Amino acid sequence: MADIATHDTDHATDHGHHSSTGLSNNKLAMWLFLGSECLLFGGLISTYMLYRGRVQNGPHPAQIYDIPFTSVSSFVLLMSSLTMVLAVSSAHRKDDSKTNLWLTITALLGATFVGGQVYEFTTFYREGLGFTTSLFGSSFYSLTGFHGVHVSIGVIMLLSLMGIIKKNKITGDKAEVVELIGLYWHFVDVVWIVIFTLVYLIPS
Amino acid sequence: MTTVTETHEDAQEHGMSDAGYIKIAIILALITALEVSTYYVDFGPLFMPSLLIMMVVKFVMVVSYFMHLKFDSKIFSFLFYTGLGLALFVYFAALATFKFFIA
Repeated sequence: MADIATHDTDHATDHGHHSSTGLSNNKLAMWLFLGSECLLFGGLISTYMLYRGRVQNGPHPAQIYDIPFTSVSSFVLLMSSLTMVLAVSSAHRKDDSKTNLWLTITALLGATFVGGQVYEFTTFYREGLGFTTSLFGSSFYSLTGFHGVHVSIGVIMLLSLMGIIKKNKITGDKAEVVELIGLYWHFVDVVWIVIFTLVYLIPS
Repeated sequence: MTTVTETHEDAQEHGMSDAGYIKIAIILALITALEVSTYYVDFGPLFMPSLLIMMVVKFVMVVSYFMHLKFDSKIFSFLFYTGLGLALFVYFAALATFKFFIA
């Protein structure tokens, strides 16, 4: 009996805990979390769509948006999804050095995107769009700010993951841990795909 | 226990190669370039539908290939698309309540 218990514990340590469906509980939880995140961003996007025309005395979206700059930012985030999936692929092949390389590039691309957003917010503020200037400003900063916070959290998660991989502190399935953070990262990317089209490319 | 291991390995086997991921990324980059071109070129009445279609195609491609939803268990798809469906419902309900669709 004790042997069986030990064997089960070892298996759980090696491959993570699995539900009766044979699926990883961690992955199930991550997908459930991402599903709930759709609701969060759905609410924020619909609020923006309602208020984007309410500019009061502040600047109009078309007056301040810099489409070429945001296009480059979008491309950077899109390419970070590629580097992230290559990191997951390397992790499945148990190639730690390549996994860390792709994770580093992903984190750098993510940090570049966040830097671009900080620059964009600063420029908009100087052009007269504060958080309380108008309903458009409030809804714009809430939506893109929430997304920026998600990207920043993703960068922190990537840096932490690189640290624990280097110190070899992952006791279970390493590839699954990389994959879970990858899922979060790709989700942040798909949210931006929607924001880029609905907020920036479609004029109010 | 064997079933669990097999399931995990099967999921990996049905994934894509690195070259496949790069091909997907190139397609995504080209679609993004096409999206940005709508800012400079007048697409007329096709402007809005084309942008929305390209957005959906990019979304589905990232979720299906980069997030492996196409190769993974249908339960994951159910969890994610249920959340997405509810989000769309909230989105349209809120916009309809505030008469967004009435010109």
